[in-house]
Amino acid sequence: MNLAMTDRAGLRLSPGWVRAGIVVLAVVAWEVAGHTILDPEFISPPSAVIAAFPRILADSDIRHAILVSFYELLAAFGIATVAGIALGVPIGLHRFTLRSALPLVLLIYSIPQVTVLPLFVLYFGIGPASKIAFGVSHGIFPILLNVVAGAQTVEPAHLKAARSMGAGRLLIFRRVVLPHMVPSLFSGLRLGMSATLLGVILAELYGSQAGIGYYTQVFTNSFDPAGMFALVAVLAVMAIILNEIVRRAERRASFWRVTAR
Amino acid sequence: MTGTAWRARAIQIGFVVVCVLGWIYVGNARLISPIFLPRFDRVMTELLRIVSNGTVFVYLGVTLFELFAAYALALAAGLTVGFLIGRSRFWVAVFEPLLNGIFAVPIVIFLPLFILFLGIGIESKIAFGATYAFFPIVLNTIGGIGAVDARFVTVAQSLGATRWQMFKRVLLPAALPVIVSGIRIGFLIGFFSIIGSEMIAGLDGLGSQIVQLGEGMNTAAMFAYILFVILIAAILNTLLSLLQSRFNRVAAAS
Repeated sequence: MNLAMTDRAGLRLSPGWVRAGIVVLAVVAWEVAGHTILDPEFISPPSAVIAAFPRILADSDIRHAILVSFYELLAAFGIATVAGIALGVPIGLHRFTLRSALPLVLLIYSIPQVTVLPLFVLYFGIGPASKIAFGVSHGIFPILLNVVAGAQTVEPAHLKAARSMGAGRLLIFRRVVLPHMVPSLFSGLRLGMSATLLGVILAELYGSQAGIGYYTQVFTNSFDPAGMFALVAVLAVMAIILNEIVRRAERRASFWRVTAR
Repeated sequence: MTGTAWRARAIQIGFVVVCVLGWIYVGNARLISPIFLPRFDRVMTELLRIVSNGTVFVYLGVTLFELFAAYALALAAGLTVGFLIGRSRFWVAVFEPLLNGIFAVPIVIFLPLFILFLGIGIESKIAFGATYAFFPIVLNTIGGIGAVDARFVTVAQSLGATRWQMFKRVLLPAALPVIVSGIRIGFLIGFFSIIGSEMIAGLDGLGSQIVQLGEGMNTAAMFAYILFVILIAAILNTLLSLLQSRFNRVAAAS
């Protein structure tokens, strides 16, 4: 389908260009407003945000905070991924576990996680451990549920064939189950990634002395919006990099699908 | 409910019972300090006390007021923007990736800005909850309208439907199930983000009460409040899914 729009002058506009134009327009409007009507103690124009980058990156405390957040995010995502797969595959592969364990997963998932955030701080302290644990509690469910859904799509005939040819559990998992799960696993990983990020940032905002979430609060309270926006941009870059890693891994893991087509 | 649904419910109830029994055992055997895990009976007494003397409802009132104000804003904005964008494939192609991209960034990182602009009172909570609830509503509205079978639209057009008729008779009914599920998700996300923002920086409402009790090391009362919020969330969720399924049945019948 061709989505290009032809205007009265006969100019063809593609959605991508229009989208870029809107973004540019918004940034320009933000810049202009930042110099005219907006209070510089509350919001800074984009140019000031860009100018703030070298300043905040030169501060060793903030470099440390960025590393801490990145470490928490990676650790939480790693644990959520391993645990999500380790729990999801056995739950999804067998009818018995599916019927008995899945309702429990859904029950726990239905608890609004923010309400138990103070408990995570109570049990894990205000250091990185509580952020990682809270991140895991957010990230694990999308991964687990998608893995369960993916494992259910595995053809029983394929499992039987592999078993009758003498494949061991590990081999069956690597050669039969995993390739089948790739699409739903990776959509789970992407959802889990942004959920983990949400959990880590929430926990950092709630109570900590380090990490990006803590410093955004410091910057806001000291009326330094340029520094705050720059930190948010760092965080966004972090999220984009991790998302890109997941996407690349997905492409590599599903190579056989493309060739099969 | 079917047989499997009953069995699932039975397993869930059994699990909760086992957890409560384990909790009572741990409390009686003094395995964990009551600061970390207060005794079950103390939490229940506390829960009964705050419900019967009405303190919890004062906080609930504040939180629900914030929630409904935020939700009204998010609904109005989300449905309007969603319909405006969703009507044209071109604008969907322009805006959908943009909105998805913004939603992927944790908006909670901007919470300090909300507080800075609007103060630590209820205004910042309303604005924050509305921002979070807006995205599922607008994205599902766009998705729902986009998924309307193009043949319906062509037929209506060839029958000479006006814009308003097209909207009311074709687009709206066909897109409604998806929109309604967005409306439901938006409500729950709005609820949780309001509780979260009350916890991080609030003076009033259930979230801030939980945090204040925790900081005062009054864990039994904190557990009671947490259980109460979980119950409220479960009730709201059940009501919404009942509404949704009733709604879908009516829509399917018409």
